[in-house]
Amino acid sequence: MLDELEKLHAEAQQGLHAAATSDDLSTWFRHYLAGKGQITLLTRQVGQLSPEERPVFGQQINVIKKELQTAYESRAEELKMAELEAVMAADTLDVTLPGRQPARGRLHITTQTLRQIYRIFGDMGFQVYRSPDVETDAYNFEMLNFPPHHPAREMQDSFYTNTPDVILRTHTSAGQIRAMHEYYPEPIRVILPGMCYRNEQITARSEIQFYQVEGLAVGHNITFADLKGTLTEFAKRLFGAKRQTRFRASYFPFTEPSAEMDVSCFLCDGKGCQVCKQTGWLEILGCGMVHPVVLRNGGYNPEKYTGFAFGMGPERIAMLKYGINDIRQFWGNDLRFLQQF
Amino acid sequence: MLVPLSWLKEYVNIDQSPAEVADLLTNAGLEVKTIAYIGIPGADLVWDREKIILGQILQVEQHPDADKLVLATVAYGGEQPEVVVTGAPNLFPFVGQGDIRGRDLFSPLALEGATLYDGHKEGRKKTVLKGKPLRGIFNRCMLCSEKELGISEEHEGIILMVKDENSPVYQPGTPVQDLLGDAVLEIDVIPNIARCASMVGVAREYAALTNQPIQYPSYEVVMEGPGSGQERVTISTDEPELNPRFVAIVIEGVEQKPSPHWLQHRLRLAGQRPINVVVDVSNYVMLEMGQPNHTFDYDYLRQRADQYAPNGPIHIHTRLPRKGETLTTLDGTERSLLPYTILVTDAVGNLGLGGIMGGENSEIKPETKNVLLEAAAWNFINIRKSSTRLGLFTEASFRFSRGVHPSQALLGAKRGAELLRRLAGGRVVPGIIDYYPNPPQPVTVKLDLDYARRLSGLDLTGREMADLLQRLAFKADLHTDHLLVTVPDYRLDIEGGHDLVEEICRLYRYEEIPLTVLADTLPPQRGNHKLELEEQIKDALVQMGLQEVITYRLSSAGHEARLLPNSPPDDRPYVALTNPISPERSVMRHSLLASVLEVAAANSRYQSRIPLFEIGPIYLADEDAVLPTELARLALVLTGERVVRTWQQNQPELYDFFDLKGVLDGLWADLGLTVTVEPAVHPSFRRGRTARLLLGETQIGLMGELHPLVVEKLDLRVEKNQPVLAADIDLEAIYHRVPPARPYTSIPAYPAVREDLALVVRQDVAAAAVEQEIRKAGGYLLRQVELFDLFIGGNLPPGHRSLAYHLTYQANDKTLTDKDARKIRQRIIAQLERNLGAKLRE
Repeated sequence: MLDELEKLHAEAQQGLHAAATSDDLSTWFRHYLAGKGQITLLTRQVGQLSPEERPVFGQQINVIKKELQTAYESRAEELKMAELEAVMAADTLDVTLPGRQPARGRLHITTQTLRQIYRIFGDMGFQVYRSPDVETDAYNFEMLNFPPHHPAREMQDSFYTNTPDVILRTHTSAGQIRAMHEYYPEPIRVILPGMCYRNEQITARSEIQFYQVEGLAVGHNITFADLKGTLTEFAKRLFGAKRQTRFRASYFPFTEPSAEMDVSCFLCDGKGCQVCKQTGWLEILGCGMVHPVVLRNGGYNPEKYTGFAFGMGPERIAMLKYGINDIRQFWGNDLRFLQQF
Repeated sequence: MLVPLSWLKEYVNIDQSPAEVADLLTNAGLEVKTIAYIGIPGADLVWDREKIILGQILQVEQHPDADKLVLATVAYGGEQPEVVVTGAPNLFPFVGQGDIRGRDLFSPLALEGATLYDGHKEGRKKTVLKGKPLRGIFNRCMLCSEKELGISEEHEGIILMVKDENSPVYQPGTPVQDLLGDAVLEIDVIPNIARCASMVGVAREYAALTNQPIQYPSYEVVMEGPGSGQERVTISTDEPELNPRFVAIVIEGVEQKPSPHWLQHRLRLAGQRPINVVVDVSNYVMLEMGQPNHTFDYDYLRQRADQYAPNGPIHIHTRLPRKGETLTTLDGTERSLLPYTILVTDAVGNLGLGGIMGGENSEIKPETKNVLLEAAAWNFINIRKSSTRLGLFTEASFRFSRGVHPSQALLGAKRGAELLRRLAGGRVVPGIIDYYPNPPQPVTVKLDLDYARRLSGLDLTGREMADLLQRLAFKADLHTDHLLVTVPDYRLDIEGGHDLVEEICRLYRYEEIPLTVLADTLPPQRGNHKLELEEQIKDALVQMGLQEVITYRLSSAGHEARLLPNSPPDDRPYVALTNPISPERSVMRHSLLASVLEVAAANSRYQSRIPLFEIGPIYLADEDAVLPTELARLALVLTGERVVRTWQQNQPELYDFFDLKGVLDGLWADLGLTVTVEPAVHPSFRRGRTARLLLGETQIGLMGELHPLVVEKLDLRVEKNQPVLAADIDLEAIYHRVPPARPYTSIPAYPAVREDLALVVRQDVAAAAVEQEIRKAGGYLLRQVELFDLFIGGNLPPGHRSLAYHLTYQANDKTLTDKDARKIRQRIIAQLERNLGAKLRE
């Protein structure tokens, strides 16, 4: 019977080796190891052996059974892998074919820029205050210390409307007095985003409408040094921590002292390039300490309150950041432009 | 304004490089836009200091073999003078005059090997000078034209410079770089630095910034000989407010010849074309010290005086125009006058526009020998108004309209007269006519020291502040807590303490002021509800695949009318511009949708898929208010391919009504609003595919498929039968209806029972009504009603349709049984049959 076992063992080993598919392997298993398989049947015949032979045979058959079982499992694993490989090999993709993009929407590039500005100033306690596009000459000019025929009015060509003394605002500074009237006597920290309008020819460099973001801070002890600190912080957050700022004297009727803030060119790192016209600096915003006449027109006593104001153009910021050389793209809204941002 | 540094150096010492000067001025508010280098390092052509030097012309002879060439003997500091062959026409007059050393005639001489611009080629092409024979005579040097040195395009003759008591010192052999080399700064004169619209003005600023003294030009004038200006000319005005001062000087016997080279050269670098010495001196004085001035033909004025005062003086009078009065300015244009434009006149008629431009009749003529030089002061607002309204912008009006103090008039007149004496050989008749009816008061400003510190953030003592101000010629008296500051008369921009703080900061230097963080009280933080909601809506729509646009808020009634075909136009009044740039952008829009459709039409030329939205205002003129009402709107437009086409799916699926409705439903869900729709009729939309959006009872907008005529009129390039979907929504009706938060619905713990229900109803029963009925009958256990099939035809009775729904039942506290479900289902069927005549579909 041991001989029979050895024969069966050899035969099973051979059979296992020959099994080329999972089906073959199942057949093999049924034939040898399953409940009615040859090895199992042989186990059951142990009773026919003498008591001396039994332990030897029993031990032997267990070893063989275990060995075949292990060999079977590893063979099964092998075949499964081989079959999976075959299936996968038969069904490959050309991974270089184009992908399927979900239909995406995007925010207009100006909205994206505005949100960055809102977020940075929001962190510093500046909240958004909005005022009308169509304004009176008083809010847009007179109360901001631009008397009629003041030379500074020439810097901003207005659109006039069919109502006398009503114009399209030329700058968001027009909202300064409105904010002051609304919040007096509280301290103020607001930014005023909005569309502004100037009577200019539409060219690659000038538009009849453009966004501006004005900022206004009014309080008891606000200094020019605070203005420099706040705006430098803003510039570093918007353009990168390595950026430097430069404040140079300038003129706006509604601020005194007044300044222009330049940021070291983020394209050439201040070394000088075409965008910064070799100066290493980019003009980013105008600013200054709120003029006493403006504070008074807003209801704040200039002997007790001081404040600063600033104004910037999100389109200009985006143009510098992305190298956009034609401002008409912004309101042209060509999807081929908008979808790049 | 163009400022040659060489000219500036006449008044202030400059050790810095041009770039450093530019930086210093820019930081102090005199923005230098460009620096043009001429001949010195930084220029495209740097003049070799050894090979481009000054030569003195000793003799000029005809070339023996060429009519059009001469031989000039030139001393240049070398051992032997050089003989130069040249065709310069301006040397021909000297041919045959023998030794002309005594004429002190100089010219830039380029030696062999020097790099120059080629005078005979277009533009600026560099060339290296090589010796070669010219008609038999070997020539190794060249006398240079302005073009060859890159100073101007002038190539008619060589540069000729005469040395005399008014000119710089010329020496043979001096590098030309040192005489004509320069850096010209282009300075942006913004309104508050009108005081710097002259060389002296810039020099004064530079001197203060570098803490140096300034050397003013001499305002002395030599007057001699017979007669008295004051007896010959008298002046008066009707308008001392508009013309506070009028200074005049009579100069006799001027010779109208070209100005000396140095003066012409300065004018050219400053952007002025030299004409003759009389005109040039007038311009030179204005550029030098900022006082515009004018020269009249004295004899012409005298002739006219013979008509009104045969034995008396010329009488100049300034006044406003008479009705219908016109004036021909010296540019030859006859101008009708504005009632507020001040004129210079005499009893015969007018002579010029005060402060803007002289008249043609009294201008200097080629034969004029005697002149009356005028330097006056004018009201800057009046000049600005007149100049703007007349469209007449001159160098004079540029300065007067920004403010020139009357003190400058006398200085300018004296400087001009003296230069005419020295350069044009005139005699200045003694007796300056100085009519000064309205001298302004000196300005004194009190500067509170604490205020100055609080505004600047600088901790300076009163002494330190006074010192900074004194550098700018302010006189500052220090008191315990304030400075009493007397303002120099030319500083018309200083009104109060805040202006002085700016001056202190400028001289302290803006870059030295520290950076500090706002330490002041933080105001109450209120947020901005409307903006936040708009941003939420934008995010929702972007997530659903729509592209945000921002359009022109200026439109036209004609464009907006395209949205209302075959119907009466929008009769609400517009906010209309009185000075639009084009008819297309002439009114503030009434319709945001019209603006978005304009953009959709533009994109339809290139795009097969257009999903757009915008949030923005419309403007409704309000008869009872000065300003219009600005109302926020949301507009959406969908047309073209619903999904991005790919290589696997290349049959386009087009957006239809239900895409737009789905987007809006998604939006309402995000906002927590329950918006219902009902069929509507509107001229913009296609009948039967138009819906009214209702929030409770309030209509918040319209949506639908655009009327084919609208699509056509808007020039939307779409395929035949391609729907264009649009919605116009009133955000004002939504802002205050959006709940701040929505309660959360718990995730059910017990399994749901799902089943399908197919109903047959009459076609005129709205789907929404069926669904509403199902929900009512289903009660709280019915969680979801989802239409999955709509069918018409087959064996259905005519005029009927079949609607099939997936229904989901679920309880929060137990697992529903089939029996439970059956009960609800039967209730639904019964109720639908009773209320809507619906039948279960077999």
